[in-house]
Amino acid sequence: MSMVQTAKPVLTHEKALWMYRKMVEIRRFEDAVHDLFAKGKLPGFVHLYAGEEAVAVGVCAHLSEADSITSTHRGHGHCIAKGCNLDGMMAEIYGKATGLCKGKGGSMHIADLTKGMLGANGIVGGGFPLACGAALTAKRRGTNQVAVCFFGDGANNQGTFHEGLNLAAIWKLPVIFVAENNGYAEATPFTYASSCQRIADRAAAYAIPGLVVDGKDVVAVYQAAEEAVRRARSGEGPTLIECITYRNYGHFEGDAQTYKAKEERKRHLEELDAIVRFRSYLLDGGIATGEDLSRIEEEARAAVEQAIQFAEESPLPSPADLFDDVYVSY
Amino acid sequence: MARSISFSEAVNEALTIAMAADENVILMGEDVAGGAQVDHLQDNEAWGGVLGVTKGLVQRFGRDRVLDTPISEAGYIGAAVGAAATGLRPVAELMFNDFIGSCLDQLMNQAAKLRYMFGGKAEVPLTIRTMHGAGFRAAAQHSQSLYALFTHIPGLKVVVPSTPADAKGLLLTSIADNDPVVFFEDKTLYNVKGEVPEGDYRIPLGKADVKREGRDLTIVAIGKQVHTALAAADTLAAQGIDVEVVDPRSLSPLDEDTILASVAKTNRLVVIDEATARCGVAADIAALVADKGFDSLDAPIKRLTGPHTPVPFSPILEDLYLPTPTKVIQTVAELLGDSSIAAAVS
Repeated sequence: MSMVQTAKPVLTHEKALWMYRKMVEIRRFEDAVHDLFAKGKLPGFVHLYAGEEAVAVGVCAHLSEADSITSTHRGHGHCIAKGCNLDGMMAEIYGKATGLCKGKGGSMHIADLTKGMLGANGIVGGGFPLACGAALTAKRRGTNQVAVCFFGDGANNQGTFHEGLNLAAIWKLPVIFVAENNGYAEATPFTYASSCQRIADRAAAYAIPGLVVDGKDVVAVYQAAEEAVRRARSGEGPTLIECITYRNYGHFEGDAQTYKAKEERKRHLEELDAIVRFRSYLLDGGIATGEDLSRIEEEARAAVEQAIQFAEESPLPSPADLFDDVYVSY
Repeated sequence: MARSISFSEAVNEALTIAMAADENVILMGEDVAGGAQVDHLQDNEAWGGVLGVTKGLVQRFGRDRVLDTPISEAGYIGAAVGAAATGLRPVAELMFNDFIGSCLDQLMNQAAKLRYMFGGKAEVPLTIRTMHGAGFRAAAQHSQSLYALFTHIPGLKVVVPSTPADAKGLLLTSIADNDPVVFFEDKTLYNVKGEVPEGDYRIPLGKADVKREGRDLTIVAIGKQVHTALAAADTLAAQGIDVEVVDPRSLSPLDEDTILASVAKTNRLVVIDEATARCGVAADIAALVADKGFDSLDAPIKRLTGPHTPVPFSPILEDLYLPTPTKVIQTVAELLGDSSIAAAVS
């Protein structure tokens, strides 16, 4: 295990702006979903990614559409970072026919296989074997594609964590396991639920590299993922990266978050915000101008507004859609 | 040209044909080859499955395509789902269907749901081969027939063949299918021989087979119990009772039309399933006929199933557990209200 420190500028102007754009899109999108949920516009329930943007973006910055990711019930950020269309995502969350899954998946199951997004997943720990399978396809076909499995700290106690990491290790599969340790599995602290100090410590059990990074430092995540993706693409097998992060909202919308200390929340929201930090990094390092970043912020705001309008104006599924895609009807 | 081969050989032949035809077809499972990374072991000495059903495939296709997995069902069954969703066409072996407890999520919540949940934009061309059935002295955790559990789940197809020829043709169809199929193989049928055509042929899912035509009574039987039904039908024929035996072959999709047409002809129905009765396939077929074929019925529907117990180990108890031709005849006697039928064979 090692601590990766934010080093000197490692990003091209173009890559840096893409990363900033994706982070801001995620934040705007999630803040909008938060508001829409509070207004009663959205059916069901939603789990928001705001606060964790640096993880999805820092990792997906190394991926192309040919690479696969598996996601979690907190999946909007992964979708956006992997290139899913905001209109289709928002329409899906509204349950509209124009959604990425025609309104049949909802927030917890947004997927777009054409983008290598194998789906948000309502089952905690559901992604480990699936990511191994996607990596197995790549290995079998001799491509240099990789698969990334994003998972929360709650999933690291599931049996599939063990089975997935073991399988990936013995078969040297091109997988990167990315833990998003936001400190709480629902309302239960990581420190209570996991026997280890760090999730990354568990990598030793599979004889694979395990490292811990500041998951609110997108450059640190980017650097850690760079090496892990390189290893995977060159046939050296899987890596486990634990990103220490924090979710700005509750487990789900409506969660009063009584288990979080007030000071802790304040510090994360006000001092440690990943987007604020990255903005400073870009400006201080002369990688981007304030004008660049303001323009991106404005475009992200407009894109999310457009997505909401698209979703609002889209038709609902038709009753006959109930029976589509289930293979066998009676 | 057909020749007589065993059920096990028929399955092996289907796998060989499918793997030769399509590089994307791979086998995964515990000891499907056996002896991975054992230096002294020649491929022709490898197990090929605990009962040798996949023997020889590693020699022909290599260990890259005949993948020994750890004993880690959630891991490799889930990986098969992920591989299927990204372009391979895996045939994963769940050694005994009883082990589904270790990996049900991967089939129930992942494989079964991706296509629907993603609005038709994902396909999971996965076949799970799994052994089922009592009579092997394998006791409670290696003897169940759990196909009802899978039939209950929308998004899975379920196949239960009874003969070598059906096994081969249905397995080739299952592998070619773009949706997940759970393919049940009764371990006590592996050595049963039958006429099997050479080469590639396909039997559609959802097409029942009338294994014996008759006028007086319909027996719908699942898997190995087709043979129990046919044996009973021979005995009953000697008493002038002409039994029709219908083998659904796949439980999802279920060929309702053939079952209903048979009952419309015979006006009487017995369903034989060695699995337990409650919420089972026999109950489902009885409900189908009660619902859509009620006017055809001249008598109440009878079900002959295993009792509501785990499968016992001791042979004397396990034999009591399973349906037998004698039990079928007793059931038919009850149905016809004619005790002389049962008396004649007891």
